[in-house]
Amino acid sequence: MATDNITASGEAGAAGGEFLTFTLGAEEYGMEILKVQEIRGYDAVTVIANTPAFIKGVINLRGIIVPIVDLRIKFNLGKVEYDQFTVVIILNLHNRVVGIVVDSVSDVLSLSTEQIRAAPSLSSKLDTRYILGLGTVDQRMLILVDIERLMNSQEMALVDEAVA
Amino acid sequence: MSFDLSKFYQVFFEEAAEHLANMESLLVALDVANPAMDDLNAIFRAAHSIKGGAGTFGFTDMTAVTHVLETLLDKLRKQEMTLTEEMVSAFLEAGDAISTQLAAHRGEGEVDQAQIRTVCEKLEHLTATDVQSSTVVPHHLVQPAQTDDAYGFFESLAEPATVEAGYGFFDDVPVVAASPADQGYGLFDNVSVVAAQPVDQGYGFFDDRPHHTAAVESNQGYGFFTEVVAPATAAEKAAPEAPSLLAKEAHPNRRAADRVAPPAAESSIRVSVEKVDQLINLVGELVITQAMLAQSASQLDEAVLERLQNGLNQLDRNTRDIQEAVMSVRMMPISFVFSRFPRVVRDLASKLHKKIDLKTLGETTELDKGLIEKIADPLTHLIRNSLDHGIETPETRLAAGKSEHGTITLNAFHQGGSIVIEVADDGAGLNREKILRKARERGLNVSENMSDDAVWMLIFEAGFSTAEVVTDVSGRGVGMDVVKRNIADMGGKVELSSAEGHGTRTTIRLPLTLAILDGLSVAVGEQTFIIPLGAIVESLQITEKELKTVSGEGLLLQVRGEYLPLVALHEIFNIKSALRNWSGGIVVIIETEGKKTALLVDELLGQHQVVIKSLESNFRKVYGMSGATIMGDGRVALILDVTVLGAHHLEHAL
Repeated sequence: MATDNITASGEAGAAGGEFLTFTLGAEEYGMEILKVQEIRGYDAVTVIANTPAFIKGVINLRGIIVPIVDLRIKFNLGKVEYDQFTVVIILNLHNRVVGIVVDSVSDVLSLSTEQIRAAPSLSSKLDTRYILGLGTVDQRMLILVDIERLMNSQEMALVDEAVA
Repeated sequence: MSFDLSKFYQVFFEEAAEHLANMESLLVALDVANPAMDDLNAIFRAAHSIKGGAGTFGFTDMTAVTHVLETLLDKLRKQEMTLTEEMVSAFLEAGDAISTQLAAHRGEGEVDQAQIRTVCEKLEHLTATDVQSSTVVPHHLVQPAQTDDAYGFFESLAEPATVEAGYGFFDDVPVVAASPADQGYGLFDNVSVVAAQPVDQGYGFFDDRPHHTAAVESNQGYGFFTEVVAPATAAEKAAPEAPSLLAKEAHPNRRAADRVAPPAAESSIRVSVEKVDQLINLVGELVITQAMLAQSASQLDEAVLERLQNGLNQLDRNTRDIQEAVMSVRMMPISFVFSRFPRVVRDLASKLHKKIDLKTLGETTELDKGLIEKIADPLTHLIRNSLDHGIETPETRLAAGKSEHGTITLNAFHQGGSIVIEVADDGAGLNREKILRKARERGLNVSENMSDDAVWMLIFEAGFSTAEVVTDVSGRGVGMDVVKRNIADMGGKVELSSAEGHGTRTTIRLPLTLAILDGLSVAVGEQTFIIPLGAIVESLQITEKELKTVSGEGLLLQVRGEYLPLVALHEIFNIKSALRNWSGGIVVIIETEGKKTALLVDELLGQHQVVIKSLESNFRKVYGMSGATIMGDGRVALILDVTVLGAHHLEHAL
């Protein structure tokens, strides 16, 4: 089972588990499947005033108001379009529900601890704090993201500072 | 018994807490010179019940303290000793000690053993100094009580009085009033009483300790009679006479005067708050669905429409009815909050060497449970302020020609769609000069010509205090702004009025319902916002000539001779407005905190009843928004925070 470890990456890889793979730009990422609540299309987003561009707004998810963040905009991954193929991953992070827009979603992979290596410190758009490790499956390299830490961080501006 | 009792702990904890609260209210209201026998018995029974329950669960630390307490109480009610003020204080301390023990068993906090020992010693000491009472009140209802059974007898008599005697203070035990076995006749229905309240499983436990069965229902003591049948019949005969005896009793007991007629036997059930919340959510969804239907229907053709319309109107009425019924489930009388204040006032008054009477009015006024919990702290603060700064010392009062005893009055009533709570004192009132001076010292923008109301509002500024001396009670200036903020968070308003030398009154106004709101939907650009209807005064269409500026800083709107600050929503929220220029736009005038503001919008869409959904549970706080809602077409609309918008022009230049 995927563990909730929020330890700094850099330690010998995260524990194994099941990860949902998705793409952002040219790279493939993975996140712990247990944090994923559902996957939807993109529609009817209500804009909220005075929020950063990457926060698209909120949607009505069966009665709950859920904010939607476009990671493609946040990480400056070029032109973003919203069409019938746009994917929104709805996350449930300790009962906070948030949605993220990604380029595409592929499969759920089981990774064992051996398949996950620690990430070297690179200056990349995604701060290594948020990387659990690098997973290797066949020829693919998956950047395993600590999605919970990322979404709760200051730069996401989703959470008030006192809470984060 | 070797089975696991731990699942029943929760019931014991709740009931013990109720008994403690009951005991405390009775103690504080006790007339030391002339204590009512009913009250002493009730206090005894409360202690006895706690002891019984604690014993069942093996909480020997609690049984030890309650035993000492019970011994002294027993002597008092048998009139073997007379009550003194010292004893009442000791009892109150004992209650506190037992509370900490209870909390420790619950896993919260630790017990201060030294405190427990001190209390026990004090009680034992008081018990030992056996002061023979020379005037034994010829209480014809007292019979030499050898066994608890006989006391059960009295409890049946006391019950009507205890339960109903306007002790609004402790109506916090619905179960208490609940017992269908009122009037003392239910004495013999003990078995059915238990059956009638299947939820109160805890009562079953006490059956294994026969003479403790009384403990179960502190006001009933009916359980006694299952064990001893003979006295039952005797009591049965006597019982019919008892209420009349009680009525004739010329007890100069101040509470006899306001004994409320026993209500028709109310039955009640303990329900978990989650279930109620779920009900409320479901009703909220129902409102949304109904709105969606109404909207879809409005687009159909006439004939079909008429039938459908009738159906929908009916649905509308049904929905509103269910809504009201469900909202009322969460409503509790405000006496729940008021009940803790007698103790606070008593302790503080004696600490400050002042003489204070606390009057409460409107205790049966109901408000939402969520509000009850949140209003307690602000009210406590206001009362402490009245006690500390408002009411003067007895000497000062006498010198000013007032009575020695100051009075603090708590009043609650419904007005329009709100509940109003007033805290008033007949003390020294607010000193306008002092406040103005302090405000100037702090650099606040004040003028001599400010209205009194505006001056009083200065007190709510953070850090404001005109107290010369900071005590541990108040004076540090951290209170009033927190009070104001807490009340604003609840969607309420607070106002002050005061007359120097005569007293001060704080008025808190809270909305009755938290989750559903009547709102006006408006369009700004392509977005829809909801403005709470309660804040709207009027709306009008404006033309150029009503727009004025003041030294280039603020935009004002002239309405019938009044100048109101104008807030353009599309500018605040950075939305592209559909208006080419501002004239021709619609202005909604809102009133917040006594001041009017004009909000500029593109158009008015309609009036709706909306269910407030939290924006902050998954997102952060957004400026100018108090929440969100789901409209009939499934889209999200944001609800404007009128208080913030009303104050916007003060902070930002347009």
